[in-house]
Parts: sequence; C-alpha cells; structure tokens
Amino acid sequence: MRVAVLGAGNILLSDEGLGVHAIERLSLAYSLPSDVDIIDAGTCGMEMLDELEGLDALIMVDAVRAGQPPGTPVRLTGDALPVFFRSKLSPHQIGLCDVLATLDLLGRAPKYTAIVGVQPLSLALGMELSAEVESVMPVLLRMVVDELAGLGIRASRRTAEVA
Amino acid sequence: MSQRVTIDPVTRIEGHLRVDVEVDGGEVKKAWASGQMWRGVETILVGRDPRDAWAITQRICGVCTTVHAIASVRAVENALQMEIPLNAQYIRNMIILAHAVHDHIVHFYHLSALDWVDVTSALQADPGKAAALAESLSSWPGNSKAEFTRVKERLAGFVGTGQLGIFTNGYWGHPAMKLPPDVNLIAVAHYLQALDVQRHANKIVSILGAKTPHIQNVAVGGVANALSIDSQSVLTVERLLAVKGWIDQLSDFVKNVYLIDVAVIGGFYPEWTAIGRGIVDYVSVPDIPLDGKNTRFALPGGHIAAGDLSSFKEISSHDDAYFREGVAESVKHSWYEGGKGPLHPYKGETRPQYTDFDDDGKYSWLKSPTFYDKPMQVGPLPRVLAMVAARHQPTIAYATQALDLVSTVAKTKVGLDALHSTIGRHAARAVACAVQVDELARQWDLLLANMAKGDLTTFNKPLFPKDEVAGVGIHEAPRGVLSHWVVIDDGKIRNYQCVVPTTWNAAPRNEADAPGAYEACLAGTPVAIPDQPLEVLRTVHSFDPCLACAVHVVDTEQRPLVKVKAA
Repeated sequence: MRVAVLGAGNILLSDEGLGVHAIERLSLAYSLPSDVDIIDAGTCGMEMLDELEGLDALIMVDAVRAGQPPGTPVRLTGDALPVFFRSKLSPHQIGLCDVLATLDLLGRAPKYTAIVGVQPLSLALGMELSAEVESVMPVLLRMVVDELAGLGIRASRRTAEVA
Repeated sequence: MSQRVTIDPVTRIEGHLRVDVEVDGGEVKKAWASGQMWRGVETILVGRDPRDAWAITQRICGVCTTVHAIASVRAVENALQMEIPLNAQYIRNMIILAHAVHDHIVHFYHLSALDWVDVTSALQADPGKAAALAESLSSWPGNSKAEFTRVKERLAGFVGTGQLGIFTNGYWGHPAMKLPPDVNLIAVAHYLQALDVQRHANKIVSILGAKTPHIQNVAVGGVANALSIDSQSVLTVERLLAVKGWIDQLSDFVKNVYLIDVAVIGGFYPEWTAIGRGIVDYVSVPDIPLDGKNTRFALPGGHIAAGDLSSFKEISSHDDAYFREGVAESVKHSWYEGGKGPLHPYKGETRPQYTDFDDDGKYSWLKSPTFYDKPMQVGPLPRVLAMVAARHQPTIAYATQALDLVSTVAKTKVGLDALHSTIGRHAARAVACAVQVDELARQWDLLLANMAKGDLTTFNKPLFPKDEVAGVGIHEAPRGVLSHWVVIDDGKIRNYQCVVPTTWNAAPRNEADAPGAYEACLAGTPVAIPDQPLEVLRTVHSFDPCLACAVHVVDTEQRPLVKVKAA
C-alpha cells in the first residue's frame, strides 16, 4: 500500500504554509511506517507527478477557505473534493489541481484522497503561523493520524512533550 | 467600438498576473500587465544569516524553486568574493540544466501547446497518415501507427465521458486553430509522452539536489553533496551513471520530438512570425560557469539593441560592471512609495502604497526594471540571439535546423528575423533546450573527469567580514535573467532585492512611461473573438509566465460580461 501525506502551501505567507508546517511537525511527533511518504510540496506543480502517481491514498494537508472562523479544522473527502479544487478554497489549487487532473488523464490518480486543513486567519508576509492556527495544530496532526488509522496505518507518538 | 478584455488569473491567493487589453478593429491597441500580489519576500530576509537566504528564497515561487536557491548563494559568494570548488560548480550546473530542460518541456507541451493544438480535432485524425508524416521527420520510436492509434482511442474514451478534465479549458474549434487533424494527433501523443520524459529531468534534480521539489544540497561556498567513488551513502559513480542514462533519454526527446514539433507547428502558423515582436532590446547573462569564480562560461550572454545582432555586447562575467551598473527599477507605475526616480537594486526600497488600478498611474505590484534606462525583453529568445551573436556553434546549428524545417513546412524561406515574434519565442525555447541538454551531458563528463583526478572537494567555508559588503548573484534562469542583490553587514543581511525574469517581461510602464515587454508585444495582436481571447493568451504564454488564467471580458462600464476560464 502506497500512501502519501502531502503538505502544501507557502511558508513565506504565514498561515498559507500551515500544511508544510504540519507535515514537518508530524514527522517529529509521530513515528510512521516507512511506506508512508511525507512530502513537502510547497507551492509546486508538475514536479510532484512522480510522487503522486499510482498512490493508494493521498492525504493532503493545506490551508482551506471553508467560510469558517479562523482556526476551524476542516476535513474534505469524496464529493467535496472537486469543489475544493474548482472554487478557490485552496490558495494553491492550480499546481496540484493540474497534477491530479493529469494523473486522472493517465488513469493513475490516487485511489483515495482526503484533505485535512484549517481555515487560515492571516495570509500576510511572514514565516510564523497566527496564534489561532498555531493553537489548533495539534488537532490537525491528530486528524492526519486518524486519517491514516482509517487506512489501517498505525502512527505511534514519539514522546509526550514534542508536538 | 473598442472593448476592454481583462485576463485576470485565478492563481494562488489573488493571482499573480493580470493582463488588460484594449481591443479595436480586431486587434490589441493598448495593453497593461499587472502583478496582482505583493511579493515582498525581501523584507523577510533583512536581519537574517546570509547562509540561510537560499532556503527561504526558493519558496518564492513553486515553479522556479531551484533557480532562486542558485541565485541566492551566488549573490552571497559574490559579496564575499569567494571561490567555490569545481565539483560544486559542475553539480550546480547539472541541477540548473536539468531544471531548465524540465521547465522548457513542461512549458511547451503542458502549459502552452494547447494554445495551438486542438485536442478535439485529433479525434478526426488518421493514425496511419499521422505516423507517415511523423516518421518522415524523426527517428523517434513513439511515432508509430500503433502508438497513434492507441492515443486516439484513449483520447476518444476520455472525451467520450464528457469530462474533459485537464482539457476542460481549451478553446476547441476556435477559428485561430489551424493545424490539420493528423498534426493535432501527433502533438497530443507527444503531450502524453512528454509527461513520461519530464520525469527523467526531475529525477536528476532529485538525485543531485538530495530532494525535490525543494533542493537541499546547495550551500554558500559550494554544495553539501559528499562525493565518493565507492561509498553507498553519498553521490556515487553508480548513481551518476543512472543520471547519465536519464540525460541520454532527455536528449533523444528534445532533439527528435520537441525541436521538430515546434518547427512543424511554427510552419503551420507562419503569420505568427509577424505578431508579438514588441520590445527587441534583449538582455541575457552568461551561465554554466567553468571555473570556481564565475569568470568563464559554457553559454554566453549579453545585450542586443534594437534587434540588431551586430550590436551585441557581451556580459563577460558575473562581476561585470556593465551588468551590475546597468540595472535600475522604477516604481512610478507600481504600488510602492516612490518619488526618487529609478533606484539601483542595492538601494532598492519596498514600501507598499496601494491605489486602485489606475491606467495612467499605479497599476501593478511589479516594479519596472530597466537596463541603461531601457525596458528589456528577457528569456530564451534573448538567450538564443545572444549565443548566435557570440558565434556559439551548437546554438547556430540547432537554430538553423529548426528554421530550415519551418521553411519546408511553410513552403517559404523563414530566417532568423522570424524569431522576433510570438511563435519565435517558442522556437527559441526549443533551440535553447537542445543546447542545454547537450551541455548537461558535457557537465556530467566534466564532473566525472574531475573526480577521476582525485578531487572530491565540494565545499569551501565562507568567512564573513565585520564590514559591509554587497554582491549580486546572476543566473540565466529558464524564463530569463534572474538577479539577487544582497547587502551584508557584520554577517547579517541588511538589504535584499530579487529582480526576477517575469518582472522584466511583465513590467508596467517605466519612469519614462515606456511599456514593458508583455505590454509592447501585445500591441497589434489580433483578437477574433473578444470573449475568447486565444491570441492574447498565445502571446502572453509565449513568455512562459508560470500562471494559469481566468478570463473576464468587461464592457466599457467595467461590468463583467462573460467569464471564460483558460489554461
């Protein structure tokens, strides 16, 4: 089973980079089986084609504009996914959207895709997360772990104080 | 009646680029290019350690990660006047070239070919005739009747579902689409094959850069790759042999597919050699250094005035005062506090002052760079013309081969002058790509030869003085001249400015109100159907902006009439 956890976003634009921050912290806080790929996709596009091709499951972590109060956790799967890509819920839909559409053309799209994220507060220039998003990051990591558990993959916590 | 067409892309956040054109009598009369997002990354860097700047600057853009890393370390090394080991130079050169080859292939096939190729028309093609045509032009094994039949069936299946997916936003059936069905089928087949081939370039970047899409191996002073003849954990000869295999496959595709496709498509659109000329003052910089101090280069660069190759003035090194002193940026039409006239990047200021979109005033987040007070065009076309002017033989050979094939298809003699155009920018990009893939193989040879001599050094430790020092890192990136300018004081960054290729090309009007390259090149572009401005996209896409667009057409009262999404 090939599974990838992909963090998307621009770490120079505060909460926009929450997906990248999340996957960095995930590897520190949890021990994951070696067949789970952790990918820092940043704002990249076609370079990701190889790594996303033929996946059994893709868990994308990203800032999501869901019309919720800042800091609200969001989970999208199934029928909600096309909306995520089509209607500008994600700030970096274009690159990854093109990659997934291309994989669809090739018949090599991930068999299962889930998006977990947080409604951002600030997309201003800066390398720190807003306090609202920062406070919900442990919840976000837990959501990724739950998502993996749903696929039958066990992630064990490294130590209590990290995360 | 004149109409205003606004192409305002839905890219990340609010979109990077917006293009407005005034259309009258079926052609563009006036154009405005506007950067729609403040890219003030420079301010994040102030006060930081210069050794960390490259890792931060490579996050500026999702398409051009490695190029910002390279320009950044070069800027700091230039400020310190330090030399880097030859192995580091060769490894960086291979990353630069593999990235450029990747970028050019993806740009042509996946981001702009569908401006010229009608995917749905390929369904009317005869795979046998398509194969006969393609096999007459190239030895590429992917041109068989069986292959084209498979592609046609796959395409029919995909289109038949009613879900066009990645092809949703094309202008299928637009009157400006002129390729015969068989040629469209060949192009669609190569579009799919290019998806496979581009992986080889990505793998090279990934092996040498330790990771992709964000490379991890560069450092101020060299690279962090440990070289070894035998050890397993480092860049071994075995891994380098795998790299060589991928280079050979890229080379086959670039020369036997990409270069030929561009020439054939160009031959069917001869009228586009007279569209999109615009600014013909060109600047490119030399790259692929062959020594540790960036004074000798494999690929030359320089300035060409008024499209006249005899005016070529070479930029001889990355320390050449001719380049360093010629660059200035105006903010007269940009959303920044100004009033000081054009400023040199070392003195550059980045203080936002947003107004509305004002046609005659400020209308862009991009500054307007000039070279000795003139707006420039940068990119593969300026690069190729400079290399031709510098008598770089491989460039002359590939350019001649491409233009001869265009002439055969178009049944009329097409010369070098045709390159100053929208379609010419695509041809130049393919020629540059062929030159770059050859150079990639050569850099591989140089690295192996140097290792064989027993030199395994990849890093020199940088030493920062107490005093203030300044440096510029220059790089001929896929989209053209990139320069990072850094001022360092007591080991900390005091000022940092990036002058990126798209800033040169998509610049707003400058201090003297002269338009930037996109703006000038769009003037005269025909527009058959204003709410389907395919021709405008062709000219903008020929510069390879790393953007996708949504198109709005507004009437004179600025009310959105139609909204059409475009790739």
